[in-house]
Amino acid sequence: MSLQKFIDQAISPWMQSEGPDADIVLSSRIRLARNLTDFAFPVNASKDQREKAFHYIKERLEKEAYHSMGQFEWINMDGLEPIEKEVLVEKHLISPNLIQYSNHAAVLINENESVSIMVNEEDHLRIQCLFPGFQLNEALTLSNGIDDWLEEKFNYAFHETRGYLTSCPTNVGTGLRASVMVHLPALMLTQRMNRIAPAINQFGLVVRGIYGEGSEALGNVFQISNQMTLGKSEEDIVEDLRGVVMQLIQQEKAARRDLLDMSKIQLEDRIYRSYGVLAYSRIIHSKEAATCLSDVRLGIDLGLIKGVSRSILNELMVLTQPGFLQHYFKEALSPDERDIKRATLIRERLNLEDFQKPTD
Amino acid sequence: MECQECHLRPATLHFTKIVNGDKMEYHLCDQCAKEKGDVMAGSGSFSIHHLLSGLLNFEQHVGENHHHNHSVLKCPKCGLTYPEFVEIGKFGCDECYKAFHDKLDPVFRKVHSGNTMHTGKIPKRAGKNMNMKRKVSTLKETLQKLIEDEEFEKAAEIRDEIRALENGRNDE
Repeated sequence: MSLQKFIDQAISPWMQSEGPDADIVLSSRIRLARNLTDFAFPVNASKDQREKAFHYIKERLEKEAYHSMGQFEWINMDGLEPIEKEVLVEKHLISPNLIQYSNHAAVLINENESVSIMVNEEDHLRIQCLFPGFQLNEALTLSNGIDDWLEEKFNYAFHETRGYLTSCPTNVGTGLRASVMVHLPALMLTQRMNRIAPAINQFGLVVRGIYGEGSEALGNVFQISNQMTLGKSEEDIVEDLRGVVMQLIQQEKAARRDLLDMSKIQLEDRIYRSYGVLAYSRIIHSKEAATCLSDVRLGIDLGLIKGVSRSILNELMVLTQPGFLQHYFKEALSPDERDIKRATLIRERLNLEDFQKPTD
Repeated sequence: MECQECHLRPATLHFTKIVNGDKMEYHLCDQCAKEKGDVMAGSGSFSIHHLLSGLLNFEQHVGENHHHNHSVLKCPKCGLTYPEFVEIGKFGCDECYKAFHDKLDPVFRKVHSGNTMHTGKIPKRAGKNMNMKRKVSTLKETLQKLIEDEEFEKAAEIRDEIRALENGRNDE
């Protein structure tokens, strides 16, 4: 398979368009957790109950279409190879949990992969809507529409004072998790993020790295999401998150300006070096790749690197993960082999671009 | 114990994987665990689960003096007991919320910044009467205020509106 064709398959169509504030906000996501009153929640259900709920849901959703979204594809988790499951996780279409519970579990995905509905994960239904850029309200509106559509088919587990009843007490109420993925290289370079992250936590929001573990954020990409789901309306939850993210965007922009004003030569040096590493290295660890990709993306956003498309960061962050690498090269790879193949894939990908050498 | 993958760093992640009934033990360092495809970065189930379990346990210890003479709470629908709920940190079905109702307020308060009541979306079918109830209660508040302000004409209008809504419900 050619690399271009592989990328077309690997990168969800919704990711290929740019949303508002795309220079900082990579994507916006809304997730709603819903359960049926007719069945025990999937986590504690017996095998028999799980199976019953599965077929009940499948019957009512398998061949359904939601308005303009087109038909959903019903994908049984049982029928997938481990590597295919991993690819779905790396595309953020399913959670790692769905793999753990893949017995009588499924996911419904629409054509452009912006909507996925997980069946029999921790909850019976988990609706997820992904939008490019900063579009939380749009994502909430779509999720609400899909939620109403599902409620016509299923008897939801809902309680007057507790709201939507979920398997985990941390999701009860609205069952809503709103999140944005943001790229904050300048706040990291200027070390301002150290002060900002704790402040964000005080608003009841959680900041975490997407690709790294714990506090480490690979590629300076962070996810910001709401913690509490009970006692606030959906609109307020989204609005509070939106307000904080708007502040973050301003802060990141200010930090980028400061870097250009005060240390342009150092910044250029860093960005071009990183480009060099990506373009010419033969062995690259995922951490180094992420750092360099972040630098190059910053260079593109600031107009220092020309002829390379912005989507390169999101794309290569996804493509250079272990699952995708092995999927592309069609073999199981040891960590050392992966570092070699990762460098190969990045070089091939950059070759598809029309990098313009800086004139000076 | 050293990591079984790289034999360099100490193993920090220990887990058992069961594939088709075959049990395999893994001892990995963070880095190899991340590199190894089948351990997903960010699955995070460990931390959140244990935090929650600890939180629920705390509630149980506080309440221990009281429920020596009580029998163990058990959900009539799915059979989950309260101690089981505490152990796994997950409800078994929607009835568990009613069965454990008396113990849940402190839990929710901790997890949701002091909140115990849902104020968001109400589903059209499952909450058919609730949308109306919420509307009536807002109207009643308005009515109260109008009466205090001696705006009796407007108050009468609101009163009629409330009556109409309530009668509508009785008709159903």
